[in-house]
Amino acid sequence: MFDYATAAVEGALAAGAVYADARVVVSRSESLEVMNGRVERVDRAETAGVGVRALVGSSWGFFATADLGGEAVRAAGRRAAETAKASSRVPGDPLQLADVPVVEAEYETPHQEAPLGVPLSEKVDLLLEVSTTMQTVDGIALARGSLRFWDTDKWFVSSQGHRIHQHLVESGGGFDATAVGERETQRRSFPQSFGQYETGGYEVVRRWDFAGNAERIAEEAAALLTAEPCPEGEKTIILEGSQLALQIHESVGHAIELDRILGWEAAFAGTSHLELPRLGTHRYGSELMQITADATLPGALGTFGYDDEGTPAQRVDIVRDGVWVGVLSGRDSAALAGLPPGGMVRADGFNRLPMVRMTNVGLLPGASSLEEMIAATDDGIYMSTNRSWSIDDRRLNFQFGCEIGWEIKDGSLGRMLKNPTYTGITPQFWAKLDMLAGEPEWVHWGTPNCGKGQPIQVAHTGHSASPGRFRAVRVGVKG
Amino acid sequence: MNEELLRIADRVVEMAGSRAEAEVLVTAGEASLTRFANSFIHQNVGEAFEAVSLRLVVDGRAASGSTNRAGDESLRDLVARTAEIARLQPPDPEWPGLAPPAAVAEADRADPGTVAATPGERAAAVEAFVAAGGGYRAAGYCDVDVTGAAFANSEGQRVSGSSSRATIDGIHQTGESAGSAHQTSRRFADIDGAGAGALAAERARMGIGAFDLKPGEYEVVLAPEAVGTIVVFLGFYGFNGKQVAEGQSFVELGTPQFDERIGLWDDGSDPGALGLPFDVEGTPKQRIDLVADGITAGVVHDRRTAGRVGGASTGHAIPGSETVGPVPTNLVLGGGDDPVEEMIASVERGLYVATFNYCRVLEPKSLVVTGLTRNGTFMIENGRITGAVTNLRFTQSFVRALGPGKVLGIGDDARFADSEFGVGLVAVPSLRLAGWSFTGGADG
Repeated sequence: MFDYATAAVEGALAAGAVYADARVVVSRSESLEVMNGRVERVDRAETAGVGVRALVGSSWGFFATADLGGEAVRAAGRRAAETAKASSRVPGDPLQLADVPVVEAEYETPHQEAPLGVPLSEKVDLLLEVSTTMQTVDGIALARGSLRFWDTDKWFVSSQGHRIHQHLVESGGGFDATAVGERETQRRSFPQSFGQYETGGYEVVRRWDFAGNAERIAEEAAALLTAEPCPEGEKTIILEGSQLALQIHESVGHAIELDRILGWEAAFAGTSHLELPRLGTHRYGSELMQITADATLPGALGTFGYDDEGTPAQRVDIVRDGVWVGVLSGRDSAALAGLPPGGMVRADGFNRLPMVRMTNVGLLPGASSLEEMIAATDDGIYMSTNRSWSIDDRRLNFQFGCEIGWEIKDGSLGRMLKNPTYTGITPQFWAKLDMLAGEPEWVHWGTPNCGKGQPIQVAHTGHSASPGRFRAVRVGVKG
Repeated sequence: MNEELLRIADRVVEMAGSRAEAEVLVTAGEASLTRFANSFIHQNVGEAFEAVSLRLVVDGRAASGSTNRAGDESLRDLVARTAEIARLQPPDPEWPGLAPPAAVAEADRADPGTVAATPGERAAAVEAFVAAGGGYRAAGYCDVDVTGAAFANSEGQRVSGSSSRATIDGIHQTGESAGSAHQTSRRFADIDGAGAGALAAERARMGIGAFDLKPGEYEVVLAPEAVGTIVVFLGFYGFNGKQVAEGQSFVELGTPQFDERIGLWDDGSDPGALGLPFDVEGTPKQRIDLVADGITAGVVHDRRTAGRVGGASTGHAIPGSETVGPVPTNLVLGGGDDPVEEMIASVERGLYVATFNYCRVLEPKSLVVTGLTRNGTFMIENGRITGAVTNLRFTQSFVRALGPGKVLGIGDDARFADSEFGVGLVAVPSLRLAGWSFTGGADG
């Protein structure tokens, strides 16, 4: 496979590229969907192809093909360079690439059970059991479960001499129960909305006790139909870990992407409220806030050996003691900003241009616990599991909805609340973080559906988090 | 090209043999996209794509698989592994069977000039967009997509077709404001980079000096991009046969759920529609009236949801519709004859909104959605635009917003609009609505 990638790079250089790299990617994936005791869909997909990237002046050119014939891959390289040249009609300053080590390397995701080797019947049986259990609860109209697995080989070659092969394995799934009322629906999910995904094999699925949580999740969904609505006003809130993980993803992870900060994503994904001259001094939140981007975390969904520019995976401090100190970057954006390259450039398959993506952007654990935080709260709401998320194009103004909430009164959890929502402005909100649970409750939550770029690309990212408490937050927004 | 794709589809059906029911969709083409930011082209990409999707049913047990390699060895492997997976499944008691033979009219919709469009021509369109800003900072994209497709199944249904689409979409930024513009057509020759750039620049200029408006209920005039997002949410979450069957939709057939001026339909069979005229199950797309004179009139179906209600598929299966349900993808909101200037002139105090951003459903059955305004939010006072306001957050039921008595004007400017779910899905005009619930401003 290295030969195909090499031929593509040679084709690009011969056509005038000052730099070129190519990835041959072979992807196998499997997905299973079950609803109400019936298999809705079982699908296995396989793709293979080469994507070649050519730099000419201020523009990347990129071309991808599934044809791995020798002349076809060379032609793909040539088309990438010619496409880049066409950009010169609307030119900018020439792009530079920050230096990275040129390596020949191998990497494989640590895993115990190859997920595609586990019998389909075992996977289907698990989902049918969970679905059937949820259906036994009165009031449950929809009982769904799903599993997904990805097994990917990548061969990367650059005109500077990189030759890297990686074998990445990702696994996960989840289930949810929906109760349907006359004028509303209520849903509960496990382990989180859209399921939980990690790097690793089928052991990821075994670790989460699907069967043991199905009845509780269904009972909560049914009970939500008759629960009191979340009150309107300003409250102390405690966010369960997976909800805090999505809060990190949306209000920190995207805001620190250097391509957004530089304006490269302005028209679609948006820009950022962060300005580079304030790197190192801008207060992002309270002193409890320690955020890292760590692509080396074992088991986390955004973990790999090398990014799609051949830069080694690394850990970078993003927020230290509440102060913004780092960004997510690639070789071109880092060179432009005068920062070290972070190894955070990835593509969604062989046929997409690599771009800055989150790795594992997580909040390091604190010293408290969920139990202590509840006990320390006189009047508040505990909110769990994301139901909706919306944030503006500068990653400032957000509104989140959760699946379920519980009132907190005088240090104890009280009645269940439905439709809990909260809203805020990023730095003001993070300044209100005053308690954070510790390592025993710290989980590498995975987000398998992060959209960015044109054409759209979907990335798999990780966000480690434990439950956290925030003071004086606006809750219960209604239209 | 389509004959070659049909040959591949036939070959896969033949490989599946008589022991299985098989349906095969083969797509191939080229997609190219030129991106610009900070007023220069920074990413210029293209791909030649091919995909073969197979659904096999063996003794009532179904499975699907796909590959992007159409050589005989890959196809044989696709058939073998899909059959192996199918045999391991429990029987599907609701398997609706394959689509019967049915002809599709005017299936070849690819414009020859668009097929031949070059990176240089896309760059020229971008150059015109940037130049129209007169020094404002431009960002956006210009793209071309040409797709051929062929479908065959073991019931004897064989159809093929082709489509083309070209789009320019971008913003101009002044440093404190931004304005957007969007154009989509089947023909690249229709793309007017200078015209789109001029509109974006005008909106950006008008956005200078924006002030924070107190949140609350305001009358609104919504441009086609904002209306497009409303309509695709209605389609995806509401007029979806699976969502209706599961009790998750607002749809109540025969009920006046909308203003009497609202007529909404889906029509992939219209020769002017974008995309292919048949769905992934090989069923020809039909025109379905979803709302007629304000009365909820219909929903869309694939073969499975149609079977549950004893009806026929309307040709709205999409990849993955086993899970998400059938979806209307050629939506049209009709009936408009109000000039936009007159709609604005009729507003005593309200807002003009160019686009919505990052919309998400808070509650599906009532279709309460939160999102923000973006790239052009303007105050209307005494019938004229008097200034710009900073972006606002809204929390609003999209159904109630179009409810009886709520639609005060429908524009004469219908066109293909962008939407939260992408381009080419909706053809809609501007709307004047009696109320829209803005729940937060720049300060939260």
